[in-house]
Amino acid sequence: MQQSTSHLFHDNVRHAVNDDNLRVSLETMKTGFRFKRLAAIDRLPEFEDLREEGKALKDHVLAHLDLYLEAFEKKVIEQGGMVHWCANAAEAQQVVLDICRSVGARTVTKGKSMISEEIGLNDYLEKNGVQPIETDLGEYIIQLRHEAPSHIIAPAIHVRKEMVADAFRATHTHRPADRDLSEPRSLLDEAREELRDKFLAADVGITGANMLIAETGTSVIVTNEGNGDLTQLLPKVHVVLASLEKVVPTLNDASTVLRLLARSATGQEASTYVTFSSGPRRADDLDGPEQYHVILLDNGRSKMLGSEFQDMLRCIRCGACMNHCPVYGAIGGHAYGWVYPGPMGSVLTPALIGIENAAPLPNASTLCGRCESVCPMKIPLPRMLRAWREQEFERHLTPPRAVWALKVHTALASRLRLYRWATRLGAWALRIWGGRRGSFDHIPFAQDWTDSRTMAAPQYGRTFMDLYANRPNAHITNKER
Amino acid sequence: MDQSEISAPRPPVRVALFITCLADMFRPAVGFATVALLEQAGCEVVVPQGQTCCGQPQWNSGDRRGAQKLARAMITAFEQAEVDYVVAPSGSCIGMVKDWPQVFSDDAAWQQRATAIAEKSWELTSFLVDRLGWTQVQAHLEGIAAYHDSCTGKRKLGVAAQPRALLAGVAGLEVRDLSAPEECCGFGGTFCVKYGDISSRMVTDKAKDIIATGADTLLAGDVGCLLNMQGRLRRLGSPIKVRHVAEVLANMGDQPAIGEGE
Repeated sequence: MQQSTSHLFHDNVRHAVNDDNLRVSLETMKTGFRFKRLAAIDRLPEFEDLREEGKALKDHVLAHLDLYLEAFEKKVIEQGGMVHWCANAAEAQQVVLDICRSVGARTVTKGKSMISEEIGLNDYLEKNGVQPIETDLGEYIIQLRHEAPSHIIAPAIHVRKEMVADAFRATHTHRPADRDLSEPRSLLDEAREELRDKFLAADVGITGANMLIAETGTSVIVTNEGNGDLTQLLPKVHVVLASLEKVVPTLNDASTVLRLLARSATGQEASTYVTFSSGPRRADDLDGPEQYHVILLDNGRSKMLGSEFQDMLRCIRCGACMNHCPVYGAIGGHAYGWVYPGPMGSVLTPALIGIENAAPLPNASTLCGRCESVCPMKIPLPRMLRAWREQEFERHLTPPRAVWALKVHTALASRLRLYRWATRLGAWALRIWGGRRGSFDHIPFAQDWTDSRTMAAPQYGRTFMDLYANRPNAHITNKER
Repeated sequence: MDQSEISAPRPPVRVALFITCLADMFRPAVGFATVALLEQAGCEVVVPQGQTCCGQPQWNSGDRRGAQKLARAMITAFEQAEVDYVVAPSGSCIGMVKDWPQVFSDDAAWQQRATAIAEKSWELTSFLVDRLGWTQVQAHLEGIAAYHDSCTGKRKLGVAAQPRALLAGVAGLEVRDLSAPEECCGFGGTFCVKYGDISSRMVTDKAKDIIATGADTLLAGDVGCLLNMQGRLRRLGSPIKVRHVAEVLANMGDQPAIGEGE
């Protein structure tokens, strides 16, 4: 499985908020994705109905997951393909390596796949003598930079074009050193030329799957670069990496998901390519792979079924939650420390790698609710973030300082006379201390606030409760006893 | 006199003020403004003494027992007040009240009591506009105000049009929207001290957006968000005055703003 630094979230954040390049990239992302999504939804009056339909569809699938997965497997086998059920990352790595070795593969081309990231496939293949080559432009860039993706649909969103040029110069050393790489177009052309030969030479092509269709035994990928088609059609062997919850019953259902996915992700009505693959090349096919394998990965998902986190399995990986998340917008994807960033990651990561290894993630949210409001599958992300916090509290994973502060606050606020006395004293003392300025520049033990903000002093030096009680016509019920 | 022309006087709507802990200590003017507005709208206002904190810090930190302990005291206080409605000058705190039934998901008896209170609890501006149909604001303030929509009020309670409808009745005041009105200000209760550096980045973006509107006043419906944005605006050297929307609606816009001295 991919290594995690989620437990080091605080350090990661400190690094991220001081990264000027990252700030520029994230600003561009926010305006781009958000406005495009909004415009696409404005053009589709039935979008809200479609969300309900998508949610109902996924809930139905999750209630009958075994049936649809078995139906999918049966159909794939009928069409000459193979299905490999993998309980965890290690099993999936092994199956992929075995397939590569069975055909003597030296290089594999890869379409974009988050499951590949989840199981740490590239490192594993390299260690075992097989060279993986990412063919999605973003993935290609971060592979050259030896980085993980920072966004689930825009993996190199944190990389500015000058940094891409640097990576290309460092890697493509056979090209003229003085070539112009100042424009995105020239970078794209160079990547395309470099990848062309790799597509033709690859022995195995590995793609992810946006969906698996039970009715037809089909895997579906959506791409905008066409690299997915070349990855899965040209080599002798096509391997599909998919997690269990990707299955939908019918082609019609796939259409519902596709209509939601592209609009929520990039604001497109449909992605440039939507590719359906149903098994290996048939006798009368002109092209296509000789072998078709589907890896069905569990890796902790079946344990989410029937739990308070089941709704998370409706996720179709559009990225809308992170595109609209103010926390993601402030720190980017790498700070989250594992494969899936943003709100969906803060719910999914603890489920897959253990809450004890990802305890800061569910807390890194103001629970502002924007993620849920834009989620095409209406996943109640804030509710589940809070559910993780409750598990942390019960399992003593909450930082001791926070637990202590809560205990003191609860003790105070549940003793009415003590609370009135304490707020009275607090308002009075802070008012005197705050003086004529009316606010504090620095408060000991509250630097997290006062490092960037002043703190207003209480308005009057007396609480509302005291002031109101002194009014001649005060109407107070259940007075202090 | 024809007896039929005299209709029996309708008993006034009885409302309990949920002051909220931040307004109680930091901004009592918000409480007095709320009482004034409710009375102008014809309500009988009572202030239950037994109220302290709604338990949101506990609930959002995963401490269900702590949240239950505080919620029980609040529910009891509001029950004893024997009111038709509970109203608070905060979307966030009313959002928490609406969560009380979930807080007691393992306790049917308390869940029932929590639900009864939750169902009659309202955020101030939406209570005035949506429940009472009252918009007869009599207030005056010269200037331009930017309005910030607090997240819980907006997304959970649907508070957005109501404060603007009420502010339209303030003579002399022009109200402007922010360019990114959906964006959280970064307060988030305990979030702002647990993740101070992220919160600081968020409130910096918000402050820039507020300044860019050209407004001289910032208004919102939650004291927590207001304290956060005021603190950042002041640190950036901005002269923008920060107030709770209720203060302006109750014609108390001439008092020193949040964080201002005498």
